Amino acid sequence: MSINLQSLFAQLLVGLINGSFYALLSLGLAVIFGMLNIINFAHGALYMMGAFCAYFLLNVLGIGYWPALIVAPIAVGIFGMIMERTMLQWLAGIDHLYGMLLTFGMALIIQGVFQNYFGSSGLPYSIPNELKGGMNLGFMYLPIYRGWVVIFSLIICIGTWYLIERTRLGAYLRAATENPTLVRAFGINVPRMITLTYGLGVGLAALAGVLSAPINQVRPLMGADLIIVVFAVVVIGGMGSILGSIITGFALGIIEGLTKYFYPEASNTVVFVLMVLVLLVKPSGLTGRAT
Amino acid sequence: MTAMTDDTLPAIPRTIRDEMIAFGVMTALLLIVPLTGVYPFFVMQALCFALLACAFNLLIGYGGLLSFGHAMFLGTAGYISAHALKVWGFTPELGILVGTAGAAALGVITGVVAIRRQGIYFAMITLALSQLLYFIYLQTPFTHGEDGIQGIPQGHLFGIFNLANPTVLYYVILAGFLFGFLLIFRAINSPFGEVLKSIRENEQRAISLGYKTDQYKLLAYIISGTLAGFAGSLKVFVAQNASLTDVHWSMSGEIVLMTLVGGLGTVFGPVVGAFVIIAMQQYLAGFGQWVTVIQGAIFVVCVLTFRRGVIGEIAHYFRRSL
Repeated sequence: MSINLQSLFAQLLVGLINGSFYALLSLGLAVIFGMLNIINFAHGALYMMGAFCAYFLLNVLGIGYWPALIVAPIAVGIFGMIMERTMLQWLAGIDHLYGMLLTFGMALIIQGVFQNYFGSSGLPYSIPNELKGGMNLGFMYLPIYRGWVVIFSLIICIGTWYLIERTRLGAYLRAATENPTLVRAFGINVPRMITLTYGLGVGLAALAGVLSAPINQVRPLMGADLIIVVFAVVVIGGMGSILGSIITGFALGIIEGLTKYFYPEASNTVVFVLMVLVLLVKPSGLTGRAT
Repeated sequence: MTAMTDDTLPAIPRTIRDEMIAFGVMTALLLIVPLTGVYPFFVMQALCFALLACAFNLLIGYGGLLSFGHAMFLGTAGYISAHALKVWGFTPELGILVGTAGAAALGVITGVVAIRRQGIYFAMITLALSQLLYFIYLQTPFTHGEDGIQGIPQGHLFGIFNLANPTVLYYVILAGFLFGFLLIFRAINSPFGEVLKSIRENEQRAISLGYKTDQYKLLAYIISGTLAGFAGSLKVFVAQNASLTDVHWSMSGEIVLMTLVGGLGTVFGPVVGAFVIIAMQQYLAGFGQWVTVIQGAIFVVCVLTFRRGVIGEIAHYFRRSL
């Protein structure tokens, strides 16, 4: 079998990009789950809101890609924090499944509203001028924007890991995850930390949305199918470790890219099939603790 | 792990008598529907979904397992039945049988994988499994992709009952619903059901008492999937098509919503919930995507203020179990 290197590398790049989104989204899910014990079903809808936020900033206010990279995650993050304050906080102490149902309802509401006004077709969002074009690496042609997405996502992921595992704020966060009552007794405002954590996770999703806007078009349902793949990623990786979800996200993206090259019919399903295999061999996930 | 229904299930001993009376009332109401002039298609559709929601409720309400992928049983049984009826020319009873058997087989295969985790992981796994099946059905030729299998012949059940006649079809669907409902009712009130409830309340304790809880959960999952498939096979005769919507994640969400509205872990809640949601969809059909928004809002309101559901609230008020 002859291998066409050009298209193999192209598919690998697509895989890496999808992997960046899996990593950013599963990272956010893991951070939120750690603090709130909630699986945030609205994550895909909030990712979509991030992309729409960039679209509005450009087309309504004339604000371009670079400011949107900061403004959109903050705006969607604030929306998330309002959600947490008004609704999610009331679910503390009851079964985790209710959090999933509530956020599923939120996802339906958000996606339904956007579908009403924008239909199901995609809106274009152009690549910023600085990142247009591409370069020839000899073995493949690399569109600069795609290379940027992979590298920038990696930086954000590592930054988040550093924030949680290596800073004082992160230490409070990890302590509050283990024992919120005790951390409160030390005078730390745990409810505020929970709200901020939710905002952080949601902001990461919105950031992924902005990054994806020039690649995938801006569509109301762009996050609806993605979130299910990310759930499978989370089941495979387990939510116990931050670094674990980053690595799993990228790795699965690459595997998906390879599948697209060698056996394209299975590219939609390969992550789910891997999930089944992992569950049969190591039910607790690759890095996770058993629950 | 805390039990799903800690604060929702009333601490009242179950009385079979109340439930039998409620069952009698429900059956009588459903029997006279064709005489009332209510659009029978609507009621038949609602009955199929009611059975589906009851099957789903067996798992969540009594086993504490939230399946976010029950549409896979509905869709799989629907596709198999539709294919058997249309392409292989099976009789209706055989068509229902192979569809239900297909769902049972799917239950065995996916159950072995899914019951390895609990709680939210179980929900995510079932959702992912049903998405896997969605993509398979999207690509395999026999499902006809986006078009679905259409124009399915209804035929004569047992060679006698002409299912093209709406009244005959109605009573056949009703009989199927009651059969499935009583089966679930029996399962809940059996020793098996009691063990299932004990697993929901405290799995570690059930294990320490010597119960092989994985086997009980797997069996509950298979029964639930099989009956959901039975509902899917029945629905083929009502809708006369089988399409991708039946396997989509939004369908799984609707099943959850019906049960939540009616009351998780109540015997009659899923039936009431199915009628409420199907009626809502009928009346709001002209509002496009706002239906999705309203469904989302119902989810939010139910979770925040109304966790017992319609029947759960009524039962709580009268201090009875329904």
